Amino acid sequence: MTQPAPLLEIENLEVTFRTEAGNVTPVRGVNLVVHAGRTTALVGESGSGKSVTSLAVMGLLPRPAGRISGGSIHYRLKSGEASNLVTLSLEGMRKLRGSEIAMIFQEPMTSLNPVLSVGEQIAEQVRYHTGMGSAAAMRRAEEMLGLVEIPDAVRRATDYPHQMSGGMRQRVMIALAMSCNPRLLIADEPTTALDVTIQAQILALIDRLRREHGMGVLFITHNLGVVAEVADDVTVMYAGEVVESADVRTLFRKPRHPYTHALINCLPAHAKSGSDGRRFVPSIPGTVASAAGAHGCKFEPRCSHATPYCQASHPALETMDGTHTIRCWRWSDL
Amino acid sequence: MSDAPLVKVRGLTKHFGKAPALVHAVEDVSFEIERGEVVGLVGESGSGKSTIGRLILRALDLTAGAVAFEGREIGGLSQRDLRPLRRRMQMVFQDPFASLNPRLKVKDIIGEALDAHGLAQGPARLRRIGELLEIVGLEAQHASRFPHEFSGGQRQRIGIARALAVEPDLIVADEPVSALDVSVQAQVLNLLQGLRQRFGMAMLFISHDLDVIELMCDRIVVLYLGRIMEVGPAEEVCRRPRHPYTQALLAASPKPDPDAPRTRQLLQGDIPSPLAPPSGCVFRTRCPLASEACARAVPAMRSAGPDHRFACIHETEQADP
Repeated sequence: MTQPAPLLEIENLEVTFRTEAGNVTPVRGVNLVVHAGRTTALVGESGSGKSVTSLAVMGLLPRPAGRISGGSIHYRLKSGEASNLVTLSLEGMRKLRGSEIAMIFQEPMTSLNPVLSVGEQIAEQVRYHTGMGSAAAMRRAEEMLGLVEIPDAVRRATDYPHQMSGGMRQRVMIALAMSCNPRLLIADEPTTALDVTIQAQILALIDRLRREHGMGVLFITHNLGVVAEVADDVTVMYAGEVVESADVRTLFRKPRHPYTHALINCLPAHAKSGSDGRRFVPSIPGTVASAAGAHGCKFEPRCSHATPYCQASHPALETMDGTHTIRCWRWSDL
Repeated sequence: MSDAPLVKVRGLTKHFGKAPALVHAVEDVSFEIERGEVVGLVGESGSGKSTIGRLILRALDLTAGAVAFEGREIGGLSQRDLRPLRRRMQMVFQDPFASLNPRLKVKDIIGEALDAHGLAQGPARLRRIGELLEIVGLEAQHASRFPHEFSGGQRQRIGIARALAVEPDLIVADEPVSALDVSVQAQVLNLLQGLRQRFGMAMLFISHDLDVIELMCDRIVVLYLGRIMEVGPAEEVCRRPRHPYTQALLAASPKPDPDAPRTRQLLQGDIPSPLAPPSGCVFRTRCPLASEACARAVPAMRSAGPDHRFACIHETEQADP
């Protein structure tokens, strides 16, 4: 089976931040692929670098402290040609953000303008990116609010963000993102702040939009339940680098990296009964290591399969078979 | 010792503010916690689960209803009369960054609890602090460090050590692992399981995460907008839920299994405002089974089996999966 050229292809991405204590590299060695019409989940715990990766793709790294210091981000444009976002100008990036790539965040309240009605906010963006007149842009905004299943959309368009619930605000964010027909949607923990019954609605909505519009979705989350629910492909990050990447079924059924394996096993849903009858979850010792320092494998201090070699030398990302990649010295004998 | 349950809550009600901005946070809630039992409170935001925890600890005053501790009514006790009881009931908070005083060393954070109840002085005090730190999986030498020197999971362990210092009979744990990474969450859950086995204290375990609740609890109380929807043994409620809300909550929780069926009944709309809860059954505005009768009266609790009750007037039995 040959896959068509991916919509987004990140290779060897490295991000550096300048701090008072010198340069830090929260992300290095990120390889990631998103296909049109499919969802790639980017999973990791806090400090894994998943959000920094998404900001790098959007060209939204805080300036001037943060910059892409290595690698490439190839995006396939509507016209079919590939564009390296790392070398794109600020102006070029701004055009792309409105017309091709859109992003939604965890906390919609901080991403929306509190003094503009939600309809005006969407209309403003439509006018900026399409040059549409005010009345037409407002109608487009109302249409978008309907698209994200906000009941009574025409009336709700005049509401301000504070008059809406968290779930409704996230729908507004999605409407804002969808208003320019993006081909790639980056969703950074879009349901983390929501209750589960509302989360289910938002996940179903994003999935419907992906299917109907053939969008590629890069879905960033720490929740493996959500990953199993939404993802076609999964990339796992640990301490700033990709450690494993595979299709969702392979990743859950046959995880090969010790971290992925342990992460899936430590979920309460996978609790085991101990010899004393008490139920427990097999946990990972220690805490997430900082991305800086360490010559060897970043996961080595917490890995139950680690050898002295793992401590001394840093493993590269290898392809096991097809699209299954792994960063571990010991994958072939585990 | 009496046969009374450790905690018995009857008709517990809490309103905040006054009309027209009266918040119905908790409405007519009744349940028990037996000695050594772990009872889970599960629900979404606005369900009143944290408020119930605070009412039982008397960190809040009741609007109506009764709370009995070992058969003794404590709902109306003054703060002074509550003092000896405080040693019997402790709390573990959600946010390990906000719940530890950043200016105190660990030994003083834990020592405060000992001092307040005059439990250990002089060299015995420091010995006891070291012992408590080891019980929660830290080291005695951590006593002279400040909270900022620890990770989130370690801070949560310090919070647990502080609660354990007075050897309580009841710990109210309010979302104790929600702020932690999954890999660290597992460590803290295992620690709590171990402590419960070792010391046999009862727990009121508050969480929005049904997987965590099912793992940790003997019995579960499912709440929606301040009212009990369903109560029963943990496994029973999770395997054979009878209330439409419990069924929806279970269906909406993402399963970490890509082959799990994805066709699930989605609840429409938002949780109504606790300022104006719906009449009759509070869940009816989102319930797939709602009928006119649901608006007329608050449904009574019905039995669904031994110790398993639910508040719905409809036929809700689901075929076994």
